[in-house]
Parts: sequence; structure tokens; C-alpha cells
Amino acid sequence: MTEMVQSGVSRRSFIKGAIGAGVAASAAGYLWRTTLSGQDGAAGVVERLITINVNGKDRRVDVLPQETLAMTLRYKLGLTGTKIGCDRGECGACTVLVDDVPRYSCSVLTHMARKSKVVTIEGLEAADGTLHPMQQGVVEEQGFQCAFCMPGFVMAAVGYVKTNPNPTREQLAHGCSGNLCRCQDYDKILTALQRGAELMRRA
Amino acid sequence: MATIHDVMPMFALYQPESVADALRLLDRFGTSAWTMAGGMDTFDWLKDRTKRTEAVVELSNIAELQGIRQTGGGLEIGAMTTLTRVETHPLVKERFRLLSEAAGLVASPQIRHQGTLGGNITQDARCWYYRSGWPCYRAGGNICYADTPTAINREHAILNADRCVAVSPSDTAPALIALDATMVIRSASGERTVPARDYFIGPGVDITRLTVIRPGELLTAIRIPDVWAGADFYFEKVRDRQAWDFPLVNVASAIRLAGNTIQSARIVVGAVAATPLRLDRVEAFIAGKPRTAQTAEAAGRMAIEGAMALAHNGYKIPLMRNLVMRAIRGTAPATT
Repeated sequence: MTEMVQSGVSRRSFIKGAIGAGVAASAAGYLWRTTLSGQDGAAGVVERLITINVNGKDRRVDVLPQETLAMTLRYKLGLTGTKIGCDRGECGACTVLVDDVPRYSCSVLTHMARKSKVVTIEGLEAADGTLHPMQQGVVEEQGFQCAFCMPGFVMAAVGYVKTNPNPTREQLAHGCSGNLCRCQDYDKILTALQRGAELMRRA
Repeated sequence: MATIHDVMPMFALYQPESVADALRLLDRFGTSAWTMAGGMDTFDWLKDRTKRTEAVVELSNIAELQGIRQTGGGLEIGAMTTLTRVETHPLVKERFRLLSEAAGLVASPQIRHQGTLGGNITQDARCWYYRSGWPCYRAGGNICYADTPTAINREHAILNADRCVAVSPSDTAPALIALDATMVIRSASGERTVPARDYFIGPGVDITRLTVIRPGELLTAIRIPDVWAGADFYFEKVRDRQAWDFPLVNVASAIRLAGNTIQSARIVVGAVAATPLRLDRVEAFIAGKPRTAQTAEAAGRMAIEGAMALAHNGYKIPLMRNLVMRAIRGTAPATT
């Protein structure tokens, strides 16, 4: 670290550079493997260039067959509000709405969401920048500490409240039980999400 | 602790829109095809590079595998119906509350929205040595790492172990066996039906798989006859954490009473052996007896006869006994 600073490379630009190099290396790998394995015309085989509807817009994107929705959202569409925590369907940080239902985007292939409407944390606010009531609830109650888990919690709560607009605290906890917070800030999170649910009912 | 790699290794993805197309693909690729339902089991294997596949046949676009239908003698549930649908469907809740409760206790909301009934009963073993890629019996090797003197085996089997001590991880499987369900399996050469209890196989039959599904075959539906509709049901799942976790032990029972006398019963225990265990002897023992604490206690003792603890799972023996007792008495489960 010290050496890097001395040589005039900031930590941030160094990391950016490293990410860029990684992308180039992996991309080369995929192209090569794709050429080797080939794709045939059997019934049901997927095309790589597809359209998915994200936050109300049709987005044309080149998607690998094995690519997860979390990867596409973050690294192809730049929607980095969706976090990847465990990448194993355990922590909930990657939760997005797929046809209004909360799903772990790390555990959905992008190709599985082709016919669906995907909403991420970036898609919650109104066109004029007004926060979604659930986001407003979080702001008002200052529900999160480090907030890495926040986008996932908010998406899980929005999805749950759509099915149960007036939940008890216990019901809402059950509705968000697929999300983890490493700060162990659950009590304040629930207070904030309850406030968000209340604002959603009023909206 | 899982390592986050780049995206999964390359595979060809097929998303057929009919069972016929899916079967053609499974037939064509044979053992190199990977059938994927919700994917909640699949992704762990592929992301961890523990198992690899050339071709994934993904079933979510096949309409005929979805949904819950009323048939002449009961309900037919498409294998790709999500656990949330199973949990909340009015007909399932009304007639087979046992299954609705079991589905509602699986994993987390996000997983239930995507995980399917077919996937929940067909998922692979959760033994962490096996899933970490150790070359154990189940993975084709010649040792069970969970049954060595220093092994960590708190979640493992207490009954019917045969070399491998992994357990059946499913919550809905015991419920389906208790309801006398039938599995509908199709392949390119036709259709066969298998009683739910025979769908699951132990290591003595084939140590590398947990179900009768062979390459080229597809579980298409689960049929539940009306035999037990509206019976006295009991389901309880004990786990370390009250969300997401797999069962340490679970129990499902269906009982028909005449007054306070047990006419007939089904009692099935999960996560104690490689298959969910239907307790035939206990069922026969309690038939004709009054539903009392005394009957339940004798039945509980009978249920654990022959149970053998490993180094760290001795607690499962009294736990299984107590759950069987509760399943017979019908005591309200501890809040979860």
C-alpha cells in the first residue's frame, strides 16, 4: 500500500485498474470457451443477445448462458445498488423484485428473467427523484448502520408489503427473514421498514 | 465459507417449453445433462466447482409443469410449482394443511418464491463434506468423511446408515409420504408412477443418489389422493435458526380418529436417515389405541429402537423420540 501511494497510484485507481484487467481476462476466456463448445440449434437453446426489462426499460444485453441476474445487473447494466454478499442465496443482499416477487438475484439466471419485469433499488424512486415510501421510511428512522444489506432488505420489504400491506412487526420480520445484517441491527431495521410500510399505505 | 468466484463455468443452457422437448434433451445428453428446477440446489454445486455439467435443462418455461389441479381422486401438483404456491394455495390449505405447513417452513421467502416442490424433494444431500467436494462414497470414493473419529457430524444420520451417513434434507418429503402421495415420472420411453415413500432411496440401493430418478427421467407431478384430506395433521421442524435452515429433525403425521381412538395413522420422520422414514411399526402399534400421553410415550420409545449416534448427533435420538410423541399427541408445535 505504502509503495503504491509513493508511486503515485491511488488505492481507488489501482482497484479500478485491477477490475478492468480482470474483466478483460475473463471475457477472453468466455469467448474462447464459447467457440470451443459451440451452440447448436436444438429446441430450447438460448440466444446470448437478449432483452430484459429492468426498472421499466427494455435493456438489450449480451448475457452468458451461466450468468446470474446479479452479475448482469451490476456488471453489464451498471446497477450496482444490488449487492452481492454471499453469492449463494443465503444473505439476501442481492434481493430484487422479479414480477413484484422478491428473489435472490445471485440465484436466478438472467435468462430465467427474460420474460419478467425486474425492479432493483434504483427503480424504486419516482421519475422526479421522490423516494419510494419504503426508502423514505429508512431515511426517517435511520434504520441501517453500514447499509450494505439495505438494498436487499428494502426490496424484500417492498415485495412483502405488496402481499400484506398492514403487517405486524412479527409478520414483517418473517417477510424479511431471508435477509441478513452483519451489523445485527435488526431492531432498528424493522422499525424503519415498519415506517416504510406505513408510508406505503398512505401513498 | 463459500468462495465467490467469477461467474459459473460455462455450460450450454436449454429452456424447453414443453415436457416433450425437455425429455428429448435429457435423452440426448444422458448423464451429461443437468436438470434444473428452481436452481437453489444447482447453483451451489456449479458455483463451488464441486460438480460441473455441459448442458443445463432449465424447466421454468414449461407451463404443464406448473400449477395445482383438482383431479378425480385428489390434487395433482406440477413438479415446478413453487413452494410459496404450495404453501398458500386454498385447496392445499383446506385439505392438506400438513403439506402447506411443511412448504411454508422451507428456507426463506426468496427461496420459497423460486424453489419448487419437485426440487425440494429431489435435491441432493446436504452433508458438508460431500458438498465441499471431498471424494466420499456419495461422490464415488471409498470413505465417509462424516463418520471418522474426528468428523463433525452433528447433522448426520442416526438410523439406516450404510457407509454414507448423509440425511434427507427435505421438509416437504415427510409430508408427502404421510399423505400417501404418488410421484409421476416421465422419460422418452414413457411414464411411471412411484409411491412417495419409494421415491427416496438409501445408500444401500445407490450411494450416489437420493431418489429413484435416473438420467433421462423427469419428475413431472405429485399426486395427492383425498385419503387423508382434512385428517388430524401435525408438522414440526426443529432447526438451529428459525429461518433459512435445513431441519435437524422434522416430523409429519396424519391421524384419523374415532372419538379419541386412533383408527389409522401415518408418521414420517425426516433428516434422521438418508431417506425420510415412515414408521410402519409405530403406526401399527398406535392403531386402535387411545390418543393419550401414554400411547405417545410408548410409540416414541419404539420409534428410536435401533438408533445409533455418531460422535456429535446423539441429541437427535431424544429429539426424534419427542417429536414422534408430539406428532401423536398433537400438541401445538413450539412457535417458529
